[in-house]
Amino acid sequence: MSKETENRGRGPAFSAIPVHPEKTSGKEGDIMYIYADNAATTKIAPVALEAMNRCMEEAYGNPSSLHSAGQKAAEVLQKAREDIAKAIGADFREIYFTSGGTEADNQAIRSTAFFGAKKGKKHIISSAIEHHAVLHTLQKLEKEGFEVTYLPVDKNGFIDLKELEAAIREDTALVTIMYANNEIGTIQPVDEIARICREKKVIFHTDAVQATGYVPIDVHKQQIDMLSMSAHKFHGPRGVGALYVRKGVPLFSMIEGGAQERGRRAGTENLPAIVGMAAALKAAVSSMEEASAKLVSLRDQLIEGLSKIPHACLNGDEKKRLPGNVNFCFEGIEGESLLLLLDARGVAASSGSACTSGSLDPSHVLLALGLPHEVAHGSLRLSISEENTSEEMEHIVKSVTEVVTYLRDISPVWEQLEKGEKDYVIQ
Amino acid sequence: MLYSEKVMDHFQNPRNLGKMEDADGIGEVGNAKCGDIMKMYIKVEDDIISDVKFNTFGCGSAIATSSMATEMIKGKPVEEALKLSNAAVVEALDGLPAHKVHCSVLAEEAVRAAVKDYYDKNGIQYDEKLFAEKECPSCHE
Repeated sequence: MSKETENRGRGPAFSAIPVHPEKTSGKEGDIMYIYADNAATTKIAPVALEAMNRCMEEAYGNPSSLHSAGQKAAEVLQKAREDIAKAIGADFREIYFTSGGTEADNQAIRSTAFFGAKKGKKHIISSAIEHHAVLHTLQKLEKEGFEVTYLPVDKNGFIDLKELEAAIREDTALVTIMYANNEIGTIQPVDEIARICREKKVIFHTDAVQATGYVPIDVHKQQIDMLSMSAHKFHGPRGVGALYVRKGVPLFSMIEGGAQERGRRAGTENLPAIVGMAAALKAAVSSMEEASAKLVSLRDQLIEGLSKIPHACLNGDEKKRLPGNVNFCFEGIEGESLLLLLDARGVAASSGSACTSGSLDPSHVLLALGLPHEVAHGSLRLSISEENTSEEMEHIVKSVTEVVTYLRDISPVWEQLEKGEKDYVIQ
Repeated sequence: MLYSEKVMDHFQNPRNLGKMEDADGIGEVGNAKCGDIMKMYIKVEDDIISDVKFNTFGCGSAIATSSMATEMIKGKPVEEALKLSNAAVVEALDGLPAHKVHCSVLAEEAVRAAVKDYYDKNGIQYDEKLFAEKECPSCHE
């Protein structure tokens, strides 16, 4: 790529590099597209799609109606609730359907804050790397007079349990720490966090949007009080999620207008989506061991391949990370151009660069790991699914290597690093 | 689509990309913390910008605006290049998303910085006001 291919005043065009080289899915002219952004959303599972179609055709009644059509829908709803409860070791009475993970997070936090404040408890503990559904809710509560402690994380993204213990006060109403991080895949020591909270009699909520369906969860055994999940992260449909709330933990309603979800969430249930969610989660949990082994093997193949790129580093922990998550920083380049060029080469990925967020600041998660701004701008997240293959991982490694080399070639920052005018952050 | 076809074209097939060993003026603007750095090289013959090259660290719109800016000043008198506005670059690219407009400000600044460097190196007198710092609405550095 350093070789100049001058043509009418044009520099070395990136398109000079063949897009989708030798990649076909078998059918002539059919170009393979590698979807590696499953942390953003997933493709619907065939079992979920089928269950949803059947539900729309056969269980079209409103579960609140007393006639047979309504009662049939109510039965279908009940079955879905039981399936979802079973998948995470809960009782069906502890599952509240929501419009997704964001609503579940909002409700869990706002509700616990509300009941805490009634007892004079206006302190909440969270972490610096939470999803915005949690962070923005907390920021709003801060404006309303709550005090929030954001626990820092170490370079791999873990909170310190001793710091958590020390942060808990008499007036702490809630600890909300995510199960696994959406960007860097780090899985927190949830069992220990829950144990500490139980000992100190503080409610523990966890945003398990990325973890549900990928790591074994048993809310009762793990002593989790509240847990948020989202269907479209585990090959279910969008627009549906659930909040698990342990029996005995109060929950208030944020949406008024009906007695659905035992009065905790008004509005006619999104039954087809709920059924799709149940089918997807049931499938994910029943094949978890096998799927996880496959994902880990593909993930580690990617990590190994990408580690060969000089001045690149893996973000997050090597072992305690989501089976499908890979996150790298490449020094001297910017993430948005990286992912646009990868897309042109048939690879769908994501970045924590500022330019992809609509602001000038790169990902708060990468900054919390201690990475400087300029390095955090050069991040790439690949989140794979069971549908991916080893051959695809090879193609991704090859494409990323080529695009990173090209972007470094045209980067004044890389030029400074190479000339020694600036020190490399990533060795 | 986030970007217009023109932006994608200039991003994927950047014009005048590269470095210049014997440049008459070099301008580097932006900072890595913000996520964009542009380096522009100009060659001047008889007060005309006879050649221009650029290198950019940044997002798709940063690369596209650099590329478009080089096209718009190539072959033009130096004084005319100084009149290049970020709005003109944005227009030539069929628009940019609102939060990317700061990239076009950077492209304009890169051109001016390169010309200023050329003036300084050649002892050419100029009005300081021509190079007054422009406030970028997005960057508060």
